[in-house]
Amino acid sequence: MRILIVEDDDILADGLTVGLRLTGFTPDHVATIADARAAIETVDFDGIVLDIMLPDGLGLDLLEEIRSQGVRLPVLLLTSRDRVRDRVRGLDAGADDYLGKPFDLDELSARLRAMLRRRVGRASSILSYNGLSIDTSSLTGRYGDKPISFSKREFAILSALIEHPRHILSRDMLEEKLYGWQEDIESNAVEVHIHKLRTKIGRSYIETVRGLGYRLAEEETKPSPSD
Amino acid sequence: MVSSLLADRQIEVGQAETSPNAIPLQSESSFSRQLSCQIWTLDGGIVGQSGGAPDVQLTDRVSEGYSQSVVNGEPWRVYTLINKELGVRVMVGDSLGVRHRLVWDVLEGLLLPGALALPILGAILWLSVAKGMAPLERLAFALRGRAPDDLSAIPDGVSPPEIESVRQALNTLFSRVAAARNIERDFTTYAAHELKTPLAGLRTQTQILRLSDDPKIRKNALDALERSVDRTDRMVRQLLELSFVEKSELAFEDTDLHQLAIELVTDLLPFAKEKSVTLETQRSAENLVRSTNPFLFETALRNIIENAIHASPECGEVLVVLEGNAVSVKDQGPGMSDEELEMMNTRFKRGHEGSPNGSGLGLTIVASAMERLDGRVVFERMKNGGQCVSLHLINGVV
Repeated sequence: MRILIVEDDDILADGLTVGLRLTGFTPDHVATIADARAAIETVDFDGIVLDIMLPDGLGLDLLEEIRSQGVRLPVLLLTSRDRVRDRVRGLDAGADDYLGKPFDLDELSARLRAMLRRRVGRASSILSYNGLSIDTSSLTGRYGDKPISFSKREFAILSALIEHPRHILSRDMLEEKLYGWQEDIESNAVEVHIHKLRTKIGRSYIETVRGLGYRLAEEETKPSPSD
Repeated sequence: MVSSLLADRQIEVGQAETSPNAIPLQSESSFSRQLSCQIWTLDGGIVGQSGGAPDVQLTDRVSEGYSQSVVNGEPWRVYTLINKELGVRVMVGDSLGVRHRLVWDVLEGLLLPGALALPILGAILWLSVAKGMAPLERLAFALRGRAPDDLSAIPDGVSPPEIESVRQALNTLFSRVAAARNIERDFTTYAAHELKTPLAGLRTQTQILRLSDDPKIRKNALDALERSVDRTDRMVRQLLELSFVEKSELAFEDTDLHQLAIELVTDLLPFAKEKSVTLETQRSAENLVRSTNPFLFETALRNIIENAIHASPECGEVLVVLEGNAVSVKDQGPGMSDEELEMMNTRFKRGHEGSPNGSGLGLTIVASAMERLDGRVVFERMKNGGQCVSLHLINGVV
C-alpha cells in the first residue's frame, strides 16, 4: 500500500518512512505542500499521512484543496495540537483520522490499515479469496489450515491482486505498489515476486495475462498448495 | 498710680487726720474692684484707701516690694511702696481669691463648651470620614472578591471621582500583568507544541530500533536519535532564551558593539571549526559605542551568527560586519527564497531545506529581541548568493 508522508521535520519523516516500510507499507516522503500537490497528481497513492504545520502553509489547507477537487484519498493528520477543537477542525476539513504527536508507530500503521479498509468497504483486516486468506495487519496468510508467511513485497503484490480480484493489474501498477521514489527498482522484480508467490500458494492462483499483466484465477479453480 | 497721685498733690496727706481720703481706682472689669489700695503714714496712721479695701493694714511688711498676707481670712498679694519725702507708705493689694476665681472662670468658660462640643464634633468627623471612605472600602471589597486570574479592568462606576486616578493606575497594572501572563501562557503552549515534533521523531526512531534487526536500519535510527537529541537540546535552550528575551528588564547602557561582536565570535569559533567554517569580524574606523541593552543585542547577534554557520557550506566563510548603527552577518549559504524572506517572523517557520538544525526559533528570538530594542532586522540576498542579515539600532547613538 503506497502512502505519501507529508512532514517537514527530517528526523520524524525518516522515522515514518522507515517505520511504515517495516510495517508493510510503501511510503514516499515530501516536505512541503507544493511537493505534496505534485506527488498526488502523479502517483496513485492509497493514503496520505499529513502534518499540519508545514513550511509553505497549513496541511489543513492542502486537505481542503484536494477534497474540493474531489480527491477521495484517505488522509491521516499528524499534529502537535491535540485538543478537541483542533481534532474537530481537522476532521471537518476532510481528514479520515487524526493522530497527535508523539504517536506510536504501531498505532499509526493500525490506523492507516483501518483507514484503507474503510476505503474499500471492508470491516476487518482479513482479505479472502479462493480459499486463501491474508491478514493485512500481520502480513501473514492462511491456506486452509496451513499458515503461510510472505515477504513485504510479496504481500504487497498479493494484497493488491486480492483487493481487485477480477481486474488485470499491469506490471507497472504492481511496481508502483512496491517501490517508493527513493528506492531503486529492480528490472524484473515483479516477475520474481510473482514466481515466489506461486511457489507458496500454487501455480494457478495467479494468472498471467500475456502483454497486459496479472490477475487472480476464477474462484472455481481449486489450486493445491503443492501444485 | 497711687504714688503719682500723692506726688501730684491730688491727695493731701495732711487732710486725712480723721477720715481717710477716697482713692479713685479705674474699674475695667468686675474683677478690678478686688484691687485695693491703702496709704499709710510711716508711723501707722491711715491717709486714704480705696473703696472696699479692708480696714486693717494690707500687709505687715515695712520694706518696699511684694509680699503675701492674710487679711480677714482672705489671702492678698500686696506691693508696698514707701515715699520718704511725703512720709507715707502706699500698699496696693490684689485679692488672690478673686484671682483664683478669675482663672477658674476662664477655665470654665473654655472647658465646658469644649467638653460638650468635642464628642459631638468627633462623632460628626467619624461619620463623615466613614462616609468618605466607603467607596474606597467598596473598591477594596471588589478587589478582595476577585478570582486570582481575573485581571479585567475595574469598571467606571465602582469608584468615585476622588479615587479615579487610583482606579486608572490599578487598571494599567492589571493590563500589564495580563500581558505578561499572556506571554507566559503563549510561550508554554508554543514550547509544548514545538517540542512535540522532535519527541515524535525520537519515539518513531526508537520503535524502529525495536522493530528491525537490519544493522543498516538500526545504525541509521541510532544516528537519527542522536541528532534528534542534539536538536531537541538546542530547541530547549532557544525556548529558554526566547522566554528570557521576552521577559528581561530593558535597561540601556553604553555598549561597545565591536567588543561584543569579538567576544561572541570567540565564543562561537569552536562551533564554526566543527563545521569547517571561517568566522571573522570586520569593522569601520568610527566609534562603535552605542546605547543599547547588551543582553538582548548579544542574543540576537548570536542567533544570527549561529544560523549563518548552520547555513554555510563546508569551508565557507561567515563575516560579521560592523558599520554605523548596524551589524551585518554575511554567509555563503543558499540564502532564503522570497517566500521565506516574507515569512521570516512567523514563529513556526523552520529554515529552508538542507539546514537540518534550522529551527524557526532562532529567528523568532532575533525578531523579539530587536523589537524590544526598537531596532530592525533586515534580510537580504547578496548578489553573489548567500544571505546577509543586518541588525539595525535605530536610536543607538550615544
